[in-house]
Amino acid sequence: MKRIVVDQKYCKGCCLCISQCESEVLATSKNRNAKGYLATEAADPDKCIGCMRCELICPDMAITVEDVDDEN
Amino acid sequence: MHPIAEKYLRKSALPMIFCPGCGHGTVLNAFLRAVDDLGIIDDLSLVGGIGCSSWAPVFVNTDVLHTLHGRAIAVATGLKLAQPRRHVVVFTGDGDCIGIGGNHFMHAARRNIDLTVILLDNNIYGMTGGQVSPSTPMQATTQTSPHGNPDPPMDASTVAIACGATYVARWTSAHPLGIKKAVKQAIAHKGFSLVHTLSQCPTQAGRYIHGTPRADDLLEYYKARAVTRKQARKLPEDELSERIVIGTLHQSDQRPELCESIAAMHTSLKG
Repeated sequence: MKRIVVDQKYCKGCCLCISQCESEVLATSKNRNAKGYLATEAADPDKCIGCMRCELICPDMAITVEDVDDEN
Repeated sequence: MHPIAEKYLRKSALPMIFCPGCGHGTVLNAFLRAVDDLGIIDDLSLVGGIGCSSWAPVFVNTDVLHTLHGRAIAVATGLKLAQPRRHVVVFTGDGDCIGIGGNHFMHAARRNIDLTVILLDNNIYGMTGGQVSPSTPMQATTQTSPHGNPDPPMDASTVAIACGATYVARWTSAHPLGIKKAVKQAIAHKGFSLVHTLSQCPTQAGRYIHGTPRADDLLEYYKARAVTRKQARKLPEDELSERIVIGTLHQSDQRPELCESIAAMHTSLKG
């Protein structure tokens, strides 16, 4: 199983990852980060298929698609 | 933050100065992945000129030279000749490389010196406020061409091939895996290598040339126009001018490399 982690400190909220995600996992957060940007967050993480497109397109390298062990 | 960014970026210089949605970050992301795969960070020297594009190497925690406007390739030529074992990679923009430094670019390609030039082409002088650059499309309005650009654009890849570059690839920021592959091939290639990456500039080129400040729309613009060389052969000439041909455009090992020629000359002079 894959898990998307968006680093709120470095995300500038450009939405490139949201445009690339075909599974609609990512969405713009309602809260501003320390730099004042509406950063992206993994709103629906269970939908992630681990295609890595968000991680590859992120201009600030703020996104990591991690492998997580499926405990179920 | 991504583990590759943790490993290679200077934390004190972050966040990157690029505007939100700038394609230069995506190219740097792909470049760092290529460097990580090759494992050459200790033998790497990065050179940048002036402009948004030339800021890209500054965030990488390795040897970096930030040089005069347009002179990145000239400084890199000296560095490569002094230390031929180092991998010298130049980050440069369309204004820096084919505008102000056009002469250095042409002659470095002609001499076939073993440099890797990553050209971040966003069709405009972004940092200084959106002036017309040599790759700005014809009729495009910018701050210095308010009634439309009267000049046809110049294609850096075609110029590099004509001048004698031995590796030329073109990709866009919508194809990060293509950029990563091209950077790996370009660094491994012995001779002048150009990785021409079209990179979106939502702030200047997006607003004034393409009519949208949205980075995702600009990525779609690239994706809609990108064709492979195979697809391009079937297209008529007038339609091809609207398209972006991506992939490895030229690769050859027929021309002598400058560092090797000079080393051979030194050996023959020593007798």
